[in-house]
Amino acid sequence: MFGIVRTIWDVFRHGFQPRVTRQYPEQPAYLPPRWRGRIILSRDPDGGERCVACYLCAIVCPVDCIALQATEDAAGRRYPEFFRINFSRCIFCGYCEDACPTYAIQLTPDFEMSEFRRQNLVYEKEDLLISGPGKYPGYNFWRVAGVKIGGKDKGESENEAPPADLRQLLP
Amino acid sequence: MVSPHPLVSLLAILLLALTLASGLIWFERRLLAWWQDRYGPNRVGPFGLLQVLADMIKIFAKEDWVPPFADKVAFILAPAIIVVTVLLSFAVLPFAPGVIVSDLNIALLFFLAMSSLGVYSIVLAGWSSDNKYSLLGGMRAAAQMLSYEVFMGLSLMGVVLLAGTFSLNGIVRAQRHLWFIVPQFAGFLLFFIAGLAETRRLPFDLPEAESELVAGFHSEYSGMKFGMFFVGEYLGITLISAMIAILFFGGWLGPGLPPLLWFFLKLFCFLSLFILMRAALPRPRFDQLMAWAWKLLLPLALLNLLVTGALVLAFLPRR
Ligand code: SF4
Ligand code: SF4
Repeated sequence: MFGIVRTIWDVFRHGFQPRVTRQYPEQPAYLPPRWRGRIILSRDPDGGERCVACYLCAIVCPVDCIALQATEDAAGRRYPEFFRINFSRCIFCGYCEDACPTYAIQLTPDFEMSEFRRQNLVYEKEDLLISGPGKYPGYNFWRVAGVKIGGKDKGESENEAPPADLRQLLP
Repeated sequence: MVSPHPLVSLLAILLLALTLASGLIWFERRLLAWWQDRYGPNRVGPFGLLQVLADMIKIFAKEDWVPPFADKVAFILAPAIIVVTVLLSFAVLPFAPGVIVSDLNIALLFFLAMSSLGVYSIVLAGWSSDNKYSLLGGMRAAAQMLSYEVFMGLSLMGVVLLAGTFSLNGIVRAQRHLWFIVPQFAGFLLFFIAGLAETRRLPFDLPEAESELVAGFHSEYSGMKFGMFFVGEYLGITLISAMIAILFFGGWLGPGLPPLLWFFLKLFCFLSLFILMRAALPRPRFDQLMAWAWKLLLPLALLNLLVTGALVLAFLPRR
């Protein structure tokens, strides 16, 4: 009997305690910098697209929501002809960011992507590409990779020794 | 104070009761949220007041479905009965001196009769739905409301003894010097518990019992018929709160403020108390509910009546 009265009193007192609800649009939630939200494609410091269309993100994606088509430009640089993410399927697991060898695909602290039409949640490359390097300033895959492209020969990458002359190494 | 024409009172009270009942839905949600450290509906309109309107529009737009296996006449009649019986009780409530539709000299009996009739609504709803959960809910409602009816009436007899009349107007006037809550505290507690059970409010919402019976007696109802049950339930809470205010807390009597304001002040206190019960207490088991009614509360009501009767006989002058 006393327990019942005590419960009622305790519940009544709760009216004078601070509320735990956060009034969301007016009081935005804190999102840490490593929050996994809306996906972007970054550019290297020179302004070129980082993505080399290796398909790793598309393969690792557990819900198969990335679609792209690789192609090559005149200089021999691979890049995606189109790059499409269906955000109505994406679960923001971040696997694509982990898989990417070039830091091209990155997740950002933004989740406010509501749309009235489902179709609008399919983002094309133009929607995904941003102007800067995102979380990795200064990194340029083509400058450190030992791949030969137009304007850069073998051995000309950063920290790369010139190719050894096989005949010189003969005993 | 000039008393308005009964017809004016009738329209005003009808309008007020219905507005109050729907406003109560918003009030309850806000209050529950307040006690649970939340905000509740606060987006639609000022303080979320228009939420009720939005819900109303929604419920009117819903499909009004009558299950093909249901007993059509009873199924459609049931939600009307509850609203009608509760609204009829409002006719005898004195809101302020003169603000009353009909000053019956047996108003209290009328109220008890009408609240008993309300059981039919629930039982018919449960029966006509032809659904085992509805039937269980209806059965529980019948058992619960009938057994709580018994000592609800008995718990009020102490008040009648003290006031010497069944007229609610007379009962309020008899409290000019002392509110009946003082001599009839036990009666108040018993009536409050019975009122909770009568209106099927938590903790006594066993006929609905969402966690075990889907939605109890109104599982099969949709659209505005379901809405009628809701309006009936909230009208019932308003009615019981008003009765508590009138019978035990001196109705419109009070110093300073105008009588109508006093009445509504008290009314809202008890409405809040009803909602606090919902926020605080869990639902008992059905056998516990019945055992309390017959083995604890009924004897207590009889004892209260006996003691009050003896004291009145011994100390109050014969009328
Ligand atoms: S975050 Fe996960 S689900 Fe979304 S695109 Fe990347 S891999 Fe796919
Ligand atoms: S975003 Fe990264 S992982 Fe995906 S295709 Fe481009 S380079 Fe490869």
